[in-house]
Amino acid sequence: MTTGTETTETPTAAPLASPSGVAPRKRPTGHRRLLTRRDRITLGLMAGVPTILHVALVWLTALASIALAFTTWDGIGFDSIKWVGLDNFRELFTTNPQFWPAVQHNVIWFVVLILLPTPFGLFLAVQLDKKIRFSRVYQTAFFLPVVMSMAVIGFVWQLIYNPDTGLINSVIGANTPGHYIDWIGDPDLNLWAILVAASWRHAGYMMILYLAGLKSVDPALREASALDGAGEWQTFKNVIFPTLRPTNTVVLVVTIIEALRAFDLVFVFNKGAQGTELLSILVTNNIIGESSRIGYGSAIAVVLLVISLAVIVPYLIATFRKERRA
Amino acid sequence: MSGIALRGKPVRPARILLHTFLIVTSLAWLAPLLWALFAALRPYAETSEKGYVSWPDKLSLDNFSNAFQQSDMLHYFGNTLLIAVPAVLVTLLLSSMVAFYVSRFDFRLNLALLLVFTAGNLLPQQVIITPLYRLYLLVDLPGITMSGKLYDSALGLVLIHVAFQSGFCAFVLSNYMRSLPHELTEAALVDGASVWRLYWQITLPLCKPAMAALATLLSIWIYNDFFWAIVLISTGENMPITSALNNLSGQYFTDPNLVAAGALLTAIPTLIVYFTLQRQFVSGLTLGANKG
Repeated sequence: MTTGTETTETPTAAPLASPSGVAPRKRPTGHRRLLTRRDRITLGLMAGVPTILHVALVWLTALASIALAFTTWDGIGFDSIKWVGLDNFRELFTTNPQFWPAVQHNVIWFVVLILLPTPFGLFLAVQLDKKIRFSRVYQTAFFLPVVMSMAVIGFVWQLIYNPDTGLINSVIGANTPGHYIDWIGDPDLNLWAILVAASWRHAGYMMILYLAGLKSVDPALREASALDGAGEWQTFKNVIFPTLRPTNTVVLVVTIIEALRAFDLVFVFNKGAQGTELLSILVTNNIIGESSRIGYGSAIAVVLLVISLAVIVPYLIATFRKERRA
Repeated sequence: MSGIALRGKPVRPARILLHTFLIVTSLAWLAPLLWALFAALRPYAETSEKGYVSWPDKLSLDNFSNAFQQSDMLHYFGNTLLIAVPAVLVTLLLSSMVAFYVSRFDFRLNLALLLVFTAGNLLPQQVIITPLYRLYLLVDLPGITMSGKLYDSALGLVLIHVAFQSGFCAFVLSNYMRSLPHELTEAALVDGASVWRLYWQITLPLCKPAMAALATLLSIWIYNDFFWAIVLISTGENMPITSALNNLSGQYFTDPNLVAAGALLTAIPTLIVYFTLQRQFVSGLTLGANKG
C-alpha cells in the first residue's frame, strides 16, 4: 500500500459541515467541541476497555501484592488470610537465608551486564556503523541470540556446561569422575556460567540499540571532527559518545530492568538452587514450589516492585517531560 | 556517509583487520548454536561411546524427527499458535485505540493514561504474579475453557499478554500517531466523520509500518514467553512450545542430542519470522527503544 496520498479524500457527507467556512488552520488538537455524543461514547470505550484490562491485570494485582505482603495466607479459602503487619519483611530481611544472596545476585547480574556486554555491544555497533561490506551478516550473527527464547538459550548452554557431556569439560578433559567441574551445580561457579550466556544474548541487543543511536548522529559532526584532524578514538570520545546520551539512558534502564527480570535462564539451568538465587526466582518458587506462602512471596515481590519503580518512575517522568516540550 | 572524511586515508589494512575481527567474533558468537546443531545431528550411541568432541561417523536428522514425534511437538506448536495469534491481534487493536485516544485528542488525563500503560509494561512480571495466579484460580469459566477456569487456559495467557504488552505498543503507537499531520483527521472531523471512522479508516492505515514492526516483535516475544506459561498453565498438554520443552526434557529425553534437536526445532519459527521480517523487527525494537 502506498501511504499518504489517498487518505486525504474527504468523506461523502462533506458539504453539510463547515458552518462558518473559516476553519482555523493551526489549532493543535482542539477539535473536542466537534464531537457528538456518540463519538464521546466511542472514544470512552476505545480508551476504557484497554485501560480496564491493563489496570485490572497489571496495576490492581501489583496493589494486591502490596496488600498481601502484610498478611499470611496459605491460599486455601479467604478466611485463612491473616494480617501480620511487617512480619514477612522482618523474616525476609533477617532470617531467610536466600534473600540477601538473591539481592546480591540481582546486583551482580546488572553490574556484569552493564560492564561487559554493553560496552562490547557499543563497540560492535561502532565497527558495524562504518559502512562496511557484509554488515548485515555480522549483525545477524550477533543478534540471533536475542531472537531466541531464553528457555532455548538455557538448553543450548547446558550442552556446553554439562559436566559429563558438555563442550568445555570435554575439551579440557574434566569430564571423568573425580575431575568434574560442575558448572551448573557448583554454587561458586553457576551464577558466572549463567551470566556468560546472559551476556552473550545481551550484547546483541545493545548492539542494535546503539546502531540505531549511531544512525541519528549527524554526519557533519564526524566530518568536522575528521577535518580537525581528530583520530578515530578522539572522535568517538569527544564527538560521538556525547551525542549518544539518549541511547545511553535507554540502555541503562533496559539493563537494570533486564537484571530485575532475569528468570528464564536460571529457571532452565537449575531452578535457582544453590548459588543462583534471584528475587524473581524466590517469588516464583513461593507459588509453584511445594510451599504456598502467598504473603511471604508477595513481600519479595514488593521489594522487587519498589526497586523497579525507583528506576521506572524517574525515567518515564524525564521521557514524558521531554516529549511534552517537543 | 560522504567520502570526504575517509578518502585519502590508508583504509585497506584497517579494513582487513576489521573484517578478520568481525568474522572471528561472529563465528565465536554462533559457536554455541553450531555446537547444539552438531550435537543434534549425531546419534546418541555414537557420542556416548566416543565423546562429544570427536569426529562424527555419521550425521543424520534422526534426532530432529524423533524429538518432533516423541514429544508431539506439533501439538505444542498448535498451543502456541492458539495463544500468540489472538494475543498479537488483540494487543494491536486495543493499544492502537488507546494510542489514538491519547495522541489525537487533548483530554486532561491523556499523559497520565499513557504513563500508566508504559510503566506497567516495564514492571518485572514477578511483581504481579502472586495475586494474578490466585485471581486466575478464582475465575470460573465453565464450558469456555478446557480447565473451567482462567487458570490453565489459553484464554488466560492471551489476556495477560494483551494486558502486559499493550503498554509498550500504546507508547510506540502514540508516538507514531503524534507524528501524523493533524490536518488529516481535523478535516474529516469538520466534515462530519465519526470518531470511529477517523480511527479505523484514516489513522490506522497510516500506521501500517509501525503496526507491522510491532506485530513482528510481539509475535517473537509472545512465542518466546516462558514465565507466564510456567506459572499459569499446569497441565502439560496445554503448554505452549517453550515451556513444554522444559517439561519434556525432564520427562522423556535422556539424551542431550535429542534435547538439542528439540531446542533447535523450537527456535525455528522465531528464526523464520526474524529472517523474513528482519527490517520490521529491528525497526520495531528501536521504535520503542524505551522498552525494557
